[in-house]
Amino acid sequence: MDLTEPDVASIDVDVARLQDAVRDATRVVPEGARTQWEVGGAPRAGTLVRAPAGVVRYEPADLTVTVAAGTPFEHLAAVLREHGQECPLDPRDARATVGGLLSAGLSGHRRLRLGPLRNWVLEVRFVTAEGRLVKGGGPTVKNVSGYDLPRLLVGSLGTIGVLTQVTLRAEPLPAASQWATTARPPSDVRAELFRPSSILFDGRRTRVLLEGEPADVEAQLRAGALEPAEPPAWPPGANRGRISIAPDRVERLGARLTNAGARWLAEVGVGTVHVAGDTPETLTAAREAAAEHGGWLLREAGAPALDPFGVPLPNFGLQQRVKAAFDPHGKMNPGRIPAIDPDPAREIA
Amino acid sequence: MHDLVNDLRAALGTDRARAEPLELALYARDAGVARGRAAAVCWPSSTDDVAAAVRIARRHGRPFVARGSGTGLAGGATPVGDPVVIVTTHMNRVLEVDTANRVAWVEPGVLNLDLTRSVHHLGLHYAPDPSSQQACTVGGNVATNAGGPHCLASGVTSTHVLALDVVLADGSLARLGGLEPDQPGYDLRGCFVGSEGTMGIATRIAVRLSPDPPAVRTLLLGFDSVDDAAATVSGIIAAGIVPAALEMMDALITRAVEDFVGAGFPRDAAAVLLVELDGLPDGVDAQIGAVRAVASERSARTVRVAADEAERALLWKGRKSAFGAIARIAPDYYLHDAVVPRTRLVDVLEQVYAIAGEHRLTVMNVFHAGDGNLHPLIVFDAREPGIWDRVHAAGDEILRACVEAGGVLSGEHGIGLEKREAMPWIFSADDLDAQARLRDAFDPTGAANPQKVLPAGSRCGEATRVPEGAWI
Repeated sequence: MDLTEPDVASIDVDVARLQDAVRDATRVVPEGARTQWEVGGAPRAGTLVRAPAGVVRYEPADLTVTVAAGTPFEHLAAVLREHGQECPLDPRDARATVGGLLSAGLSGHRRLRLGPLRNWVLEVRFVTAEGRLVKGGGPTVKNVSGYDLPRLLVGSLGTIGVLTQVTLRAEPLPAASQWATTARPPSDVRAELFRPSSILFDGRRTRVLLEGEPADVEAQLRAGALEPAEPPAWPPGANRGRISIAPDRVERLGARLTNAGARWLAEVGVGTVHVAGDTPETLTAAREAAAEHGGWLLREAGAPALDPFGVPLPNFGLQQRVKAAFDPHGKMNPGRIPAIDPDPAREIA
Repeated sequence: MHDLVNDLRAALGTDRARAEPLELALYARDAGVARGRAAAVCWPSSTDDVAAAVRIARRHGRPFVARGSGTGLAGGATPVGDPVVIVTTHMNRVLEVDTANRVAWVEPGVLNLDLTRSVHHLGLHYAPDPSSQQACTVGGNVATNAGGPHCLASGVTSTHVLALDVVLADGSLARLGGLEPDQPGYDLRGCFVGSEGTMGIATRIAVRLSPDPPAVRTLLLGFDSVDDAAATVSGIIAAGIVPAALEMMDALITRAVEDFVGAGFPRDAAAVLLVELDGLPDGVDAQIGAVRAVASERSARTVRVAADEAERALLWKGRKSAFGAIARIAPDYYLHDAVVPRTRLVDVLEQVYAIAGEHRLTVMNVFHAGDGNLHPLIVFDAREPGIWDRVHAAGDEILRACVEAGGVLSGEHGIGLEKREAMPWIFSADDLDAQARLRDAFDPTGAANPQKVLPAGSRCGEATRVPEGAWI
């Protein structure tokens, strides 16, 4: 696939077919590269649908890029890199599709400096339960024309519509980029650094990603007494989850996680704690620890018996109304956010 | 009407609700041009007061309109449908500054600049900085998803709002978002920000505080042509630099500002750029060098780096008082707001001047060039017969030109009443129907700021529900 010469006409044909498929299906299961297939509840059986792939429009001077939602992230990254740019969605697995990444809505490890995934999305196009093609947002870097459908779609796990195309903001690649490490506590390190891209802490060592002008990276290494290091590894284990917690509670939570036998890596200043263990029980214990500190754990992989979210959806009535407004019969990716699916008994009644 | 005011007074306090002609006139419009009419105006001082006011309005069968300082330019706070206007300006406390999480909890009536001032001693600031920041409220900023010059690098309001306590249209309370980085389910916080008061009223807002940069430098660049200035904007981005702010002023507005403020802008330049770079000192120095190089390639005739904080503040004072400066030229102005792709700036600007010329109007441009956010400013004397028709016609044509260049209707002012009829220019019937569904899910009653944002007929099938005997 030559991604610099998009075949927009064929993408349009694929989208039209996708609209037909969604309209005619009784249950729709959107599929990307299945790199985050276990995020949320297990998908129920239904008609598998895929978005087309390809770069639709890329204007480096505008710092915007439009891609079909089935485009693998690694292809997008390669196209942007040729012009010295990136879109920091930062997936764990670069084979992930852009649409899949946005549907799962999980931000990458540079959220501290670059913000959450949702901030990079300018426009979405998606197919609704009735098979209509809907656009939300707009292609410019700044826009307040109408309601923010892009933010509704990000993280909705395919339960509102099937993403077909998105416009993303791009950024110049940093001139220099360096991981570094220290034994000093992360809060001390954070106080000394200006706009670090990431500060990770595993209970023993603090790891920092510095990006920007080469002189600044050097100066920050000195200021924080940091030693250059290799990028850190994610905590290994078949059972994985991510905890969301107020950032100032991360270090206290970490001690509890260690006691619970979990391996973990916290994003300092963000409040995301990546957890892994050899058994499902580790995630259960980590979830309890998170709850004690006012947080919650999203199951990301393994532990199939574990509830995907483990907490009731906040503002459940409002969430239900939003779901029902777009998908009253619950045909869009049922099971993925189990609580939001319409009650079949009620529907019959 | 009397019952309504009495009920509001009983709930909020005798001095907290009025329906006298003076108040109704004062609150009939915001800083935009559309006038409406309120049934009553009230000034709650707490979340409970807001909820009570909403419930009382509903009990009397009236809609409600939230209002901060009324600096909005799109008529978002204009009362339509004889509503109760709920003014948040008495809810103006910074409730909590949480330095560990770099978050402040504020009431909606806190002024944008007061928030930044209240955390200045901590080396922190609130990043969105609309030009009206001395007067506008954070609650209003949330409603419009406000921007400002420094949103180029740091993002608009939505990227700085972590959580909201809101009163929904049925008077119930909800917390949207939170200090945790993610919440299960849909991003209701993201849906609410920018919804222009049509989903409810925010009564407590958790905003992200940003650390002050160690170094800030501002450059003033003057050019003999708008083309060269615009090419410099593109050149800076192409050099891999996203400045903290990147503003452009054309010849007319530069002269007006210079006469008004005396900031040292070149009075004979065709266009002026203000470029602000921030970060660590070495990097900022390197970027100043790069920007100078780009500017001289484009034959900049003025390249001045503000020598100190006082000079820097003066340059920004010039930029932010542009709209005050034009009062010396003509008594009235109509300020537009649209966004085009950065690469289309030059040809869209040419069209803006041509359209104004055709309508025999004077237009000035001062805008956020870095993100393509145009603010054509038509200046006129409203006493001239027939002038409003020309102003509106020119405004429509300018907006059309922006849309045809691949742009959008608004970058930071919002849609409000002003642009809702233009929404079909960029959205299909299905697009608008989807937006209406989201709005209605938050407010099934339709009582929250009715007739804003979406044009009539946005809901699928709505257009077919024509009352009996109506003209079609």
